[in-house]
Amino acid sequence: MTILEVHNLTSFYGDFQALYGIDFQLGEGETVAVIGSNGAGKSTFLRTLAGLLPAAAADNIMLSGVAIGKTPAHRIIGMGLALVPEGRKLFPSLSVEENLMIGAYAGRSGPWNLMRIYELFPVLKQRRNNPATALSGGQQQMVAIGRALMSNPKVLLCDELSLGLAPVVIRDIYEALPGIKAEGISVIVVEQDIGQAMKVADRLYCFQEGRVSLEGKPSDLSRDQISLAYFGV
Amino acid sequence: MTQWINILIQGALLGGLYALLATGLSLSFGIMRMINIAHGDLAILAAYLALAIAEPFGVNPFLTLLVVVPVMAVVGYVFQRTILNRTLGSDILPPLLVTFGVSIIIQNLLLEIFSADTRSLKIGTLSTDSINLIGGIAVGTFPLMVMMTAIGVLGALQCLFSFTKLGRAFRAASDDSETAQLMGINNKHIYGLAMAIAMAVTAIAGIYLAISTNINPAEGSARLIYAFEAVIIGGLGSIWGTLAGGLILGIAQSIGLQFDPGWGILAGHFAFLAVLMLKPNGLFPITRDR
Repeated sequence: MTILEVHNLTSFYGDFQALYGIDFQLGEGETVAVIGSNGAGKSTFLRTLAGLLPAAAADNIMLSGVAIGKTPAHRIIGMGLALVPEGRKLFPSLSVEENLMIGAYAGRSGPWNLMRIYELFPVLKQRRNNPATALSGGQQQMVAIGRALMSNPKVLLCDELSLGLAPVVIRDIYEALPGIKAEGISVIVVEQDIGQAMKVADRLYCFQEGRVSLEGKPSDLSRDQISLAYFGV
Repeated sequence: MTQWINILIQGALLGGLYALLATGLSLSFGIMRMINIAHGDLAILAAYLALAIAEPFGVNPFLTLLVVVPVMAVVGYVFQRTILNRTLGSDILPPLLVTFGVSIIIQNLLLEIFSADTRSLKIGTLSTDSINLIGGIAVGTFPLMVMMTAIGVLGALQCLFSFTKLGRAFRAASDDSETAQLMGINNKHIYGLAMAIAMAVTAIAGIYLAISTNINPAEGSARLIYAFEAVIIGGLGSIWGTLAGGLILGIAQSIGLQFDPGWGILAGHFAFLAVLMLKPNGLFPITRDR
């Protein structure tokens, strides 16, 4: 069953057109990776899905059969789609626990609560009263993921989880993914790190200059195909 | 010695009024990053609303708070949702210009309706009553009430910000309005609520101002300066800093007044400049660059 269906999506970043007719499907419980070089439109894609940028038409994006292309961001999270933004974007004047609690602002019910987040990332429990920005990069990323989970999403969008983190920290972060998937959450992971993306994804899309240049299962795709789709050479 | 203690007490209590007046300004700066030039005029507007109720119907000025505070809160919400939200963005100029225009509109409306005569709200002997303490030290009853109100209001705001879901939403929207939307926070509504709270406090300040002194329709701009100074001395957006700013301003004015009747206000401005020179971000800055 498809939970998120994107059809002919175009999006603009100011005057600059960043996406040209993207077609994309995400199945229930599936993890899909979106890879591509800088400026390929990956982040714009996630920002448009989350409602921060408007789609040309409402039915360009269907979440569980509901057209959300024109729905503002503050309503979309309540419909079950949460974004872990690039650069984490924690709230500096809120503590770790307050950052997590504000994730539940929209009030969707579901399996995720503070206790579950602390089980998933035990280190956060020890640092719950610290200002969120006093944490290390990896811990901040855990808060950002936890904050998104607190909204009890059906679809979780992760933008560049590995950005600026050491390989060992990236491994820790991605180890949480199976626990998240076990709750039936569908995940879109945007990554520049192709190796990491191939490891976690059931399917893979490669973006190039705002278009889908390749789509398929990681096991079916050859190195040359990916490199051609990624770099265009 | 006793005389100086009395002067300090008077100044500190005057600071309570300045802190109340400054709180709304501090909130709108702290949450919306917006400077409201019409702030002083909105306080005066609230005072005239109270006058319009108290004088013809012979109502106790304190009872007018029950009407004027909610009315001003609604005015604040509507003002923010319909006008001010449209001016917010990366450019700080539009809100300045729009609120400057609103300031002129309010002043002229009040002039048209209430004339240029100075007016005040009468509370009988309570305005001059004082509590005599040992050693000839006296504390004005009404100024003490004002100070207690200021502490109560600031304490309530502190609780709201620290311990409630709405308070977290205020802080999140202030930190990063875009990411706040991703949490399900409707910034426009949150800003409206912040302005409603700011205007409710400003209504109290305006009414207390009209009890403690004479007001006229053009009074708002002059009062805005004190509110600004209190906010900046305390540190932009800091709740308790606003009280500290009000206290410093009040005490400086009260001391200056002892040397020459014309020096009171001047001494306040000097204290403001001194703080700006020594701590340009104010005493308790919480504002970060975005």
